[in-house]
Amino acid sequence: MELFVIFMGAALVNNIILTQFLGICPFLGVSKKSDQAIGMGAAVTFVIFIASILAYCIYTFVLVPLEIEYMQTIAFILVIASLVQFVEMVLKKYSPALYKSLGVFLPLITTNCAVLGTANAVITKEYSLPETIVYAIGISIGFTLVMYIFSTIREKLEHAPITRSFKGNPIALITAAIMALAFFGLGGLV
Amino acid sequence: MKSKELFNIFTAGIFKENPIFVLFLGMCPALGVTTSVVNAIGMGVGVIFVLLLSNVIISLIRNIVMDEIRIPVFIVIIASLVTLLQMFMQAYTIELYNSMKVFIPLITVNCIILGRAEAFASKNGPVKSAIDGVGMGIGFMIGLFAIAFFRELLGTGAIAGFQIFPAEFAIPVFTTAVGAFLTLGILAGIAMVYSNHKKDVQEALEKAAIAAKKAEAEAKKGEVA
Repeated sequence: MELFVIFMGAALVNNIILTQFLGICPFLGVSKKSDQAIGMGAAVTFVIFIASILAYCIYTFVLVPLEIEYMQTIAFILVIASLVQFVEMVLKKYSPALYKSLGVFLPLITTNCAVLGTANAVITKEYSLPETIVYAIGISIGFTLVMYIFSTIREKLEHAPITRSFKGNPIALITAAIMALAFFGLGGLV
Repeated sequence: MKSKELFNIFTAGIFKENPIFVLFLGMCPALGVTTSVVNAIGMGVGVIFVLLLSNVIISLIRNIVMDEIRIPVFIVIIASLVTLLQMFMQAYTIELYNSMKVFIPLITVNCIILGRAEAFASKNGPVKSAIDGVGMGIGFMIGLFAIAFFRELLGTGAIAGFQIFPAEFAIPVFTTAVGAFLTLGILAGIAMVYSNHKKDVQEALEKAAIAAKKAEAEAKKGEVA
């Protein structure tokens, strides 16, 4: 039950994009087409999942015993950067088709604040390992879901009659505001 | 190096390439910490500090670092600077540190900083890079300040803690995520109105200049005939 609450909280109530303001750059940058949004969502899901587990292990088994908790940011960013590099290499070798469709977005994941944000949140919330796993899954499902919904709306916005100055990012941000309002309604869920 | 060139680099970050309203970079802190003007300025100063130092350090080592490993090297430099900033804030500005806690380590992954390291500091000398860093940082801070100004004023009726109008008349939704997206969207739209207008004026001027040239040429033809 506890794990279910963590999952729902991470995926919907405290959605990483709409209420925690993390990962806004890909949210605005790669949400113009829905297939791209799903590709980015899948890549981020994988990196968030592995990175938060690794971050948890490094923090509890290396940084805390050595009493160098202040190295947290540097250690985590190194984990994320090498993980992204690793994913890129594996995909390039074993699944060139998937690599091609994700290729452009992969290096960008290093600077996606959703990844570092989730890794940090796991530490500040003092989650155990199973809680960390559930939380990471929840966060990445929430990320992919919002990316997908937003991209389908944006595909329609392309054809809508909008004042020239508000075309593109400004109207996208106002749309995001309305979406955030809708996600507010999920607040009572947990 | 002419001083005019340096001045242009400095102002590019503030107006023409404003990170928030034109490039749409560093969006997360722009939305996350702008519930109050004080937080916005705190974040702005932090980013200026990291951006200035990272730009200078990277421009100094740009010829030593191999191309293949430059991104990891850059990100470790940035992460170390952010850790320094975090310790500094914890020691001297604990109140500010607590109110924007989550977003301080996230300065590491602020796209503006790595973006400027890639796009500017890895190609230019330390003086230019320092000026670029400060210009971009100030542009970022102005953007944050503008968003925070409207959000704090409309959401709580106060600016930096001073009550401008009674809190009963405030619209609390502006302190939440909804208000953040809405304020940034409307401000970005207004910024576009301005830059579109400037573009239109320039195009009109160019057209007028071409028309004038044509008329002149025709007049000359007429004279010859």
